[in-house]
Amino acid sequence: MSRLHVTTTVNGDAQEFLCDPGATLLDVLRGPLGLTGSKEGCGSGDCGACTVTLDGAMVCSCLVLAAEAEGRRITTIEGMAEGGELHPLQQQFLKFGALQCGFCTPGVLVAAKALLDHNPDPTESEARYWLAGNLCRCTGYDKIIRAVMAAAAELRQDQSSKERSPA
Amino acid sequence: MTTAQFHSPASLADAVALLSDLGARPLAGGTDLIVQMRAGRAAAPAIVDLKRIPGLSGVRRSAEGGFIIGAATPCTALKADAALAAAWPGVVEGANLIGSVQVRNRATLAGNLCNASPAADSVPALITAGARCKVVGPAGEREMAVADIPVGPGRTSLAPGEVVSEIVLPAQSASGADAYLRLTPRTEMDIAIVGAGAWIELAADGSCTAAQVALGAVAPTARLVEAAGAALVGTRLDEAALAALSAACQAAAEPIDDKRGSAAYRIAMAGVLARRAVLKAAERAAARKKA
Repeated sequence: MSRLHVTTTVNGDAQEFLCDPGATLLDVLRGPLGLTGSKEGCGSGDCGACTVTLDGAMVCSCLVLAAEAEGRRITTIEGMAEGGELHPLQQQFLKFGALQCGFCTPGVLVAAKALLDHNPDPTESEARYWLAGNLCRCTGYDKIIRAVMAAAAELRQDQSSKERSPA
Repeated sequence: MTTAQFHSPASLADAVALLSDLGARPLAGGTDLIVQMRAGRAAAPAIVDLKRIPGLSGVRRSAEGGFIIGAATPCTALKADAALAAAWPGVVEGANLIGSVQVRNRATLAGNLCNASPAADSVPALITAGARCKVVGPAGEREMAVADIPVGPGRTSLAPGEVVSEIVLPAQSASGADAYLRLTPRTEMDIAIVGAGAWIELAADGSCTAAQVALGAVAPTARLVEAAGAALVGTRLDEAALAALSAACQAAAEPIDDKRGSAAYRIAMAGVLARRAVLKAAERAAARKKA
């Protein structure tokens, strides 16, 4: 079995790695690339703890082969904060206590950001359906949804104040 | 998960050549294949990724006014195609009930079809739409009805080395529309215990001129229930016609009994869900007629 050489972009940076043909993207993120924020919960696409975006679409990285990443753009939870500043979603998760053990949190945050990028003003019901593929076994979902709705409101406000006073 | 080789051919001819190796498996969304390989239920000495083949990703119009959906097109892309979603809302809603958003960003109609789960959510509406598919393989190309692909749980009529390259939906009739409904114990992320697809065409006076009804999850494969459609044609979908439709669906249901639902419950619900799907399709057909 020969190893494959893959060139890709992760969180905006060019990356290359060698992988076995059957390795998943999650295996490579957590292994050679050292990005351990994405978690393996079920390994079968049910729990969403390994959620990343692939060319802008959120996917379960446990169900993507690493070799498929050739020439694609990947973003992971590690790309969400800007330098030392947490993304508004991350800040609201802290404020609302929307996590307990934290295992599902990276996947929930990546999925929630994908929601707000796609729909800045979701209803609570839309947010719940969007996040249906991210399982949390500690908190229940109420605080997660409250944090997502609060972050959505904050981001809309930031956007409208930017529009009022263009830099 | 182990596989010896990963290929991402740039042409369908190259993919067919690679798939002629014993046991090589085509990869579209991977949401079934990768799960099965990890669980040790599917062995694949080689994986042939279809997503880099031009023309296999995306939706295009056919010369007849229908739609050609490439085998590697994810379910969410169907929803994003406004013309497809307007013409065949039932097909699009069935495909967009599968798994989560993460799964639907990868999962495909062709994969859902060829995985051959009896509960595949996209298949009943494809059957009622009269969808066909293009199959390519070592012996060349052939066209088949979607309904003829699955032959039992996890089994298809495809010959070794064959792959579905496109799903072809006909043009929607000016006064026709479809719908798909499913019943699951949970709201999301669950497998149907009954699925019902319906396609209805209405005359100007509101009477039904043509109807197709198909059920999922109540037999080894999704199945067209011809007697259910026939019970509606020539009626105004009145109570007697709907009762006959439900009875025909219940008679056609041969479900398993499992933890998700008893056979008796599945049979009862097949009648209920088919009726609701028919009424939803009829409402859409009436709206199309006015538009």
